[in-house]
Amino acid sequence: MSDTEIGSQSDTVQPEGQQNDVELKVDGLVKRFGGITAVDSASFEVESGSMTGLIGPNGAGKSTTFHCITGIHRPDGGSVRFQGNDITGIRPYQCADYGLVRTFQIAREMANMTVLENLMLPAKQQSGEQLWRSVMPFARRDVIEEERELLERVWDILEFFEIEHIAEEKAGNLSGGQRKLLEMARALMIEPEMLLLDEPFAGVNPTLEHKLLDHIHELREEGYTFLIVEHDMDLIMENCERVIVMHQGSVLAEGNPETITSNEQVIEAYLGGDV
Amino acid sequence: MSTNATDTRVRLETLWEHDAVKILAIFGVIYLTYALIGLALGYSLDGIVNTLRRMTYLIAVYGMVTLALNLHWGYTGIFNIGIAGFMAVGLYVTMMLAKPTDPAGAAQYAGLGLPMPVAIVGGVVAAGLAGLIVAIPALRLRADYFAITTIAFAEIVRLGITSGALQEFSLFGIELGTGGGRGLIGNYGDPMNVIFELEVFSSFVDLTNSLFGFGPRQARALAYSMVLVIVLTGIYWLIQRTSRSPFGRVLKAIREDEEAAQSLGKNTNHFKIKVFVLGCALMGLAGILWRFRRTGVTPEAFRPHVTFYIWIALIIGGAGSNTGSVLGSGLFVAILFEGPQYFRRLVEQVITFGDAPNTFAGSVAPILSGNTAPFVRYTFEEFQTLQFVLMGVALVFLMHRRPEGLLGHREETAAAIPLIRRSNDDSTAGRGGDSS
Repeated sequence: MSDTEIGSQSDTVQPEGQQNDVELKVDGLVKRFGGITAVDSASFEVESGSMTGLIGPNGAGKSTTFHCITGIHRPDGGSVRFQGNDITGIRPYQCADYGLVRTFQIAREMANMTVLENLMLPAKQQSGEQLWRSVMPFARRDVIEEERELLERVWDILEFFEIEHIAEEKAGNLSGGQRKLLEMARALMIEPEMLLLDEPFAGVNPTLEHKLLDHIHELREEGYTFLIVEHDMDLIMENCERVIVMHQGSVLAEGNPETITSNEQVIEAYLGGDV
Repeated sequence: MSTNATDTRVRLETLWEHDAVKILAIFGVIYLTYALIGLALGYSLDGIVNTLRRMTYLIAVYGMVTLALNLHWGYTGIFNIGIAGFMAVGLYVTMMLAKPTDPAGAAQYAGLGLPMPVAIVGGVVAAGLAGLIVAIPALRLRADYFAITTIAFAEIVRLGITSGALQEFSLFGIELGTGGGRGLIGNYGDPMNVIFELEVFSSFVDLTNSLFGFGPRQARALAYSMVLVIVLTGIYWLIQRTSRSPFGRVLKAIREDEEAAQSLGKNTNHFKIKVFVLGCALMGLAGILWRFRRTGVTPEAFRPHVTFYIWIALIIGGAGSNTGSVLGSGLFVAILFEGPQYFRRLVEQVITFGDAPNTFAGSVAPILSGNTAPFVRYTFEEFQTLQFVLMGVALVFLMHRRPEGLLGHREETAAAIPLIRRSNDDSTAGRGGDSS
């Protein structure tokens, strides 16, 4: 995979292990479906603690890139590094172990489980996930203790998102916006370091959109890193300090919102020129 | 007056909320009905008790398998239609392990001559291993293809047992045999002798003799049914614990959306294999307890309809509910499985039918000349077969009117603790998880 070096500017090699400025580094990522190359050597970086937007017209390969990073698809080429670790082609559940969690374009709540159950599910290192510990009387005592602590954490996160009132509701009965909140809350229960949000604002009314954005900004200040796929250009330009533009499977431009809005190629891609 | 009546109603409704009450009430009705049927048929007391004992035995065995299937389908969404196969593996392995090494007389084939408890453990482990062998390659398949794999496995087991190649074989120099189509004889004495030879048991025999006029044989059968009820309770407890835990929560998540569960950091294959093996092992145990006290077993006992009986019981009770699984087994046995033949006997008690025609054609032809009596007689003669029609009708009715089954509407909380509001949050305190 020869590096095409479209938007990437990784001249300096990051010392691993140390305070890394680059949280996620995607290098020459390729994904093909039959004869179609959905992602064509895309390369970009996401800085630690930043809020980065990933935009592009329909079919630009944004979602596929997400799938490749988080292990739902196995990339056909290139590499993905997260906090210095090579995570290319790992399994989805391993991805969460590294502290990299994604949400889905269409919220995928566990419809027949309550909101509380949904939120208790993702927590890591639950000894009760081992069958024998959950069954044997002496070990179950510890499991119950852990469950109490976990439930406290769940209530904290419900409070943070101000959705305590729906705690006992089945997730399938929630409104679209509440589902988005639940999905984000659920991702946070893993205690990740980076969140990949796939169109978190799609189908969300403006009031809730503001609320969600406030939550995201608040979380960012706590040190989380965000990579957000979004169609709404204005929203990304206003809220992200860095923007990556994808077009036809590769990265067209990368930079701060001002340079992106003045980039002719980007304008052409969006307004439909021959790129 | 009217407030009094509503009060009682409310009280009855809250009482009905408890699972134990539900089970006791429904089983009470079943047993009472059968006792009355026994009376109507002119049975003596021992006959009536024996009828109820047989019911208990069947309900306990079906209950065990239905609980195991609920773990697969109700909780995890694993579509297993190879139940009969796993039951067969359990029973046959146990029998081959327990049969004496010396094939004397009519006993045909030799076994390993192990003590019965060891043989039972062996059978359960073998059923679990069979589950593992099916699960590892097949769980990657989509639900429907997985189902095909399981039923194929069950048929392979049944046909394998039937085949002449395995009728008698030697493994590492040890003579063994499945008995092929002729069946396998359980010439190891009563497997429950461990209990039956106890001092206490002789007083139990005396007790049943003075109460119901039971002989020792009937007393043993009664005691065995009670053992089965205890085992059923144990399995219920085990599965209840499994489902009300973080482990059970992941199972539920797999049922809902496996890919999302994976992105939340759960290695779903790992969980699926574990739960599949556990369920198959329990099915093996139920298979053993079902038939190991009989004089022998033939592969015919494990035809696919056994699997579908269990599915019917689960559908009646409601997938996802353990209490529902037990209730469903009770109703299935009482109404669909045993019901038709008792109904026939009852009707025959009242009306005497003459000789029925031998063929269906012979019964239909007289209808043309306005004589329906031969057809009615024929139908009654073949009532056992009508059972399948009745099951089909029951299934269609359920799917139409109540697809979630009796208790399937109720979600059993998948957590080791009741999910209640914080103690400092008084405003909306109250609703906890469903307690049993």
